[in-house]
Order: sequence, then C-alpha cells, then structure tokens
Amino acid sequence: MTIEDVRQIILNILADIAPDEDISSIDDNTKLRDQIDLDSMDFLDIVMELRKRFNIEVPEKDYEHLATMAGCVSYLTPLLKDRPLAS
Amino acid sequence: MQKPPRDWLKGVLSAYDTVVIGSGLAGMTSANLLAKLGHKVLLAEHHYNMGGMATWFKRKGGHVMDISLHGFPCGMIKTLRKYWTKDISHRVIQLKNVRFDNPQFSVNTSFDKVDFTHILRERFGILREVIDEFFLTVRDMNFYDEVVMTTRELFEKYFPGRTDVWRFLMEPITYANGSTLDDPAITYGIVFSNFMDKGVFTYQGGTDHLIKEMKQELLRNGVDIRTHCMVEKIYVDDKTVQGVRINGQDIQCKSVLSNSNLLTTIEQLTGEEHFDPEFIEEVKKVRLNNSSCQVYMGIKKGEIVPNVGDLLFSSVADEYCTDQILSKDVTSRTFSFYYPEIRPGTNRYSIVSSTNARYQDWANLSESQYKKDKHDLEQTTLDALDKYVPGIRNKVDHVEASTPKTFKRYTLHPSGTSFGTKFEGLKISRDLPKQINGLFHAGSVGIIMSGWLGAANYGVIVANETDKFLRQLRPSLVTASA
Ligand SMILES: Cc1cc2nc3c(=O)[nH]c(=O)nc-3n(C[C@H](O)[C@H](O)[C@H](O)COP(=O)(O)OP(=O)(O)OC[C@H]3O[C@@H](n4cnc5c(N)ncnc54)[C@H](O)[C@@H]3O)c2cc1C
Repeated sequence: MTIEDVRQIILNILADIAPDEDISSIDDNTKLRDQIDLDSMDFLDIVMELRKRFNIEVPEKDYEHLATMAGCVSYLTPLLKDRPLAS
Repeated sequence: MQKPPRDWLKGVLSAYDTVVIGSGLAGMTSANLLAKLGHKVLLAEHHYNMGGMATWFKRKGGHVMDISLHGFPCGMIKTLRKYWTKDISHRVIQLKNVRFDNPQFSVNTSFDKVDFTHILRERFGILREVIDEFFLTVRDMNFYDEVVMTTRELFEKYFPGRTDVWRFLMEPITYANGSTLDDPAITYGIVFSNFMDKGVFTYQGGTDHLIKEMKQELLRNGVDIRTHCMVEKIYVDDKTVQGVRINGQDIQCKSVLSNSNLLTTIEQLTGEEHFDPEFIEEVKKVRLNNSSCQVYMGIKKGEIVPNVGDLLFSSVADEYCTDQILSKDVTSRTFSFYYPEIRPGTNRYSIVSSTNARYQDWANLSESQYKKDKHDLEQTTLDALDKYVPGIRNKVDHVEASTPKTFKRYTLHPSGTSFGTKFEGLKISRDLPKQINGLFHAGSVGIIMSGWLGAANYGVIVANETDKFLRQLRPSLVTASA
C-alpha cells in the first residue's frame, strides 16, 4: 500500500463515522478535531475499524498519533505497506 | 394436563465467543457491535422483555407507559446512527419545553447552553463572564482528570451562596443520574454538558418501538437472543473465563460481557475467590446509587391534556436538598408528559411522575403497609399534579406506582439501583479484565456511564476491549508500536 492508499483508507473511515461532514477539504496538518466534529467515541471507531479491516492494534498511548491526517498516514503506512489494498 | 416447561435454550450452541449477560442498552449495544465485528454472540436476558430499564408496559384501556424515556442528550442521535441504524436515529426528536416550578423560581427553558446563559443572566442576575467561565470549566472536565472538586465546591466557586442557582443547575441532573452535591464535580460536568450541548431529546415511537427495532437489528447481525434466560454463574479457571451456566445449562465462551450490576457480577456470578484480595477490598467500598419511585397515570381515551410542558421539575421544598429529594416524604417530583406526538397515530396521553428513592425505605414493610404506602404515593402525586393539570382526577383512568422493589425485581439490580454505582465503581468496572481474562462489565456505573447515552456508549467502549481481547487470542494481530 502506498501513502496515498493509506490516506484514502482514513478518509473512507472518516466518511463512515461523520457522513454529514465535508472531508474532501481536510488539511493534513491541522487537527482532525478542529476540522470536523469528532469526539472521543469517533476516535475509538477509527481504532476499531483499523483492527477490523487490517488486524492492526493501536495501543491507547498511541492515539495521539491519530490526531492529524499527516499523523495517521505516517503512523500507519509502515504497518500497512506490505498489505495488498483489497481488504 | 400441564405442559412441560418451555426450553428457552433450545438450539443453543455449545460455545460462543462472547456471552452478554443482560439486555439493557449497554448489553444490547455491545452485543450488536461484537456481532458486527464478526464474533459469535449469545445475549441472555432473564426477563421476557429486552431493554432493561429502557422499558415500557401496557395496561387495559390502551395505555402504554414508558419508564425511562424522560429525555436524553442529543449525543444519542449519533450513537444510534453509528452503532444501530439510521432509521432508529432519525426518530429522535427534541423536547423543547422544560419547566421548573419551586418556591425559589418558576421558569421555562429549552435546556441548552444559550437559553441557560440567558436565564442565568436575566433571571438570576449572574455576570456574563462568570457564566461563560462556568460553562468552559464544566465542558473541559474529562474522565481522565484527577478527581479533586465536588459539585458543591464547583458551585461555591462560581455561585457562592446562590442556592437558587444551584437548584436550577443541579435538580435535573440529580434526576438524570442520582448525583448529589457531594459527588465528584466531573460526574456533574460531563452529564450537564451533554445536555447543554443542544437540549433534551426523546424517541418518537416510544420505548417499545425502539427496543423492537434494536431486536431486529441484533437478529440481522446474527446475535443469538435468549429471553427468560437467567445467567446463574460465570465459570473461571486459572484467572480465565471458561463459560457460563444459564437456566442450569453450561455453555462455553471465551469472554463474558456482563450488563448485570457490577457488584452482582463480581460477588455472585463470578465469586470473590477468583479476584485478588486487594481488588475485593476496593469492591467493598463501592456504593450503589439510589433507586426510584414512579407513578404512571394513563389518560382516558378521548381526553386531552393541554401542553403544560414536556418535563416539569416541581418541588415544594424551600431549597435543593439531596436528603429531601430521596425522602419517602416526597417534596420533589419530575413529571414527564407524553403527548400523542410521542406515538403518532395513537392520540393518547400519559403522565409519569418520578422521584428518587431509597431501597431501605420500601424493602422491609409489611405487605399491607407496602400497599398502603404505594396507594398514598399515587394519591399525593395526583394532588400535586392537579396544580398543573386542573381536574386531573377526572382525566385519568389508570394509576399505578412502582417502587425500588419493583426495579429490583425486573432488573435484578441490588437495592433496585436506578443508575448503577457511585463514581468509584467505574474504576472497578474498567479493571475487571485485568483480574480475569475475558471478563468485562458494561452498564450503568460511576454516574458518568449511566442514562441511555452513557450506558450505550459504555457498551461500545467495552465492546472495543472485548473485540481486542478476542482478536488477541488469534495469532495474526499486529500490535503497532511507535
Ligand atoms: C425510573 C428511571 C427513569 C430513568 N429515566 C431516564 C431518562 O429519562 N433518560 C435516560 O437517559 N436515562 C434514564 N434512566 C437511566 C437509564 O434507564 C439507565 O441508566 C439505562 O437504561 C441502564 O442501562 P444498562 O445497560 O446499564 O442496563 P439495565 O437497563 O440496568 O439492564 C440490565 C439488564 O440485565 C439483565 N440482567 C441482570 N442480571 C442478569 C442475569 N444474571 N441474567 C440475565 N439477565 C440479567 C436485567 O434483567 C436487565 O435487563 C432512568 C432510570 C430509571 C430507573
């Protein structure tokens, strides 16, 4: 998987969690929370989706890495790089 | 000839990934999520209905009474959409007319931050800056903060000596989760902020409709639902969950998610001997929350009740006082008015009066005294309601009361607790899986995790942990580490 694939996956997950938000204009370096209406339950959903789709466990201490899109991508890409996209 | 008793476990599997004990909102929500995540789930409920406290009953004359549908925060819309269905979430509607009536003030409010700010300024004369700072403080309280301040200290800081303001801010929350001025301020702050976000909401269609929809969704996702099924024992060996005994039958499982009361789960279902003694010492310190009494009043077919508000916090007590609110000598009541909009098409009305109550005040009465006290409760409630709906006695054709004993009987909660445990219970609930592999608890606990929204969301939080646990049993999970 490429960096772009990983970014797209996060966008797909966010679109499910917050269907009423415009996620196409997300800025990668600004906190997701400041751009779309996400609460701590939504972050939990992201963690659950990653586990469900890719069998990846994000420990609680690492949640902070998921605060921005850039953070998500740099945290997840090494873990997903060997995975095929179909999942 | 007597029919043989029905086998409520007919066709049950010999093993499951998770057995969920109890079908309250936390139990159902976690069962649904775990099934959607691909686990084999058995949901066992001792009662014939699902829903736990989220329940209703029907009576002759076409009456339907809701028990805990007085209102919930708007966050419930999102929770219903994400963990249930869009259709369910679309039925949530706002209750716009919340009233207070007591010797200190009478006000109407939409129960949100904008209106509260306005009332605190205009009616109570509080400075704008103080109000803003108060709202900021409560909004920023979070579960991970260290508990230092009580709600009383919080109020003294912002509104010293203003018992009228305390009452305005506190009375509804005491009804919503049993918290008092002496509980940690975050138990107040989190719940109050949830309501202040947008106001109070309800479910159009009534509790019966909601639970029916949830049941359908659980079945669609493959949950094996069993009512009339009492979980009697959780089997533990080598600090690990092995299975459960339901109606005398053993069933294996890798994990148990108990929606039964926290203390019941530890002391009765599992057994203290399976936990560390230091843990049990902490368990012994957990206080149960209070219980409730309710009076259900069914309005005759064809009669109408003018709109006198959706929720009415009425009191004849001079000031807000927890002891008085809990007293059997009732001075404060919350009236919920259910107009036909709640169940469109039925054109029926009902009114439910709720009071917080202590189990011990009701538990040890003789049968005749219990009956008499219930009757008195019904009559004094009708008297109190007459002020707001004149001639109420001519409009009702069904009146019935429930007490802490009633709540205990239907939900099995010790002392009929309406809102789980006091704050200290939350840590015990969270730490359960550290004591016994595969043992989880979700349900009203710690004041914060109670009410429809708290219970459902806590169900999600704990289902996440259960999912993590179950997947770790399979070898392929990649744990990230930064
Ligand atoms: C009078 C009253 C009014 C309320 N009003 C509101 C309101 O307006 N808004 C709001 O948000 N909240 C309200 N609440 C609170 C809210 O109803 C509860 O916090 C919430 O429904 C609790 O959900 P729960 O998941 O903790 O489980 P519960 O509803 O407590 O359910 C637990 C379930 O487990 C089952 N069970 C227990 N032990 C076993 C066993 N061994 N085997 C099988 N089954 C078992 C019980 O039968 C029950 O079905 C009210 C509560 C009361 C009592």
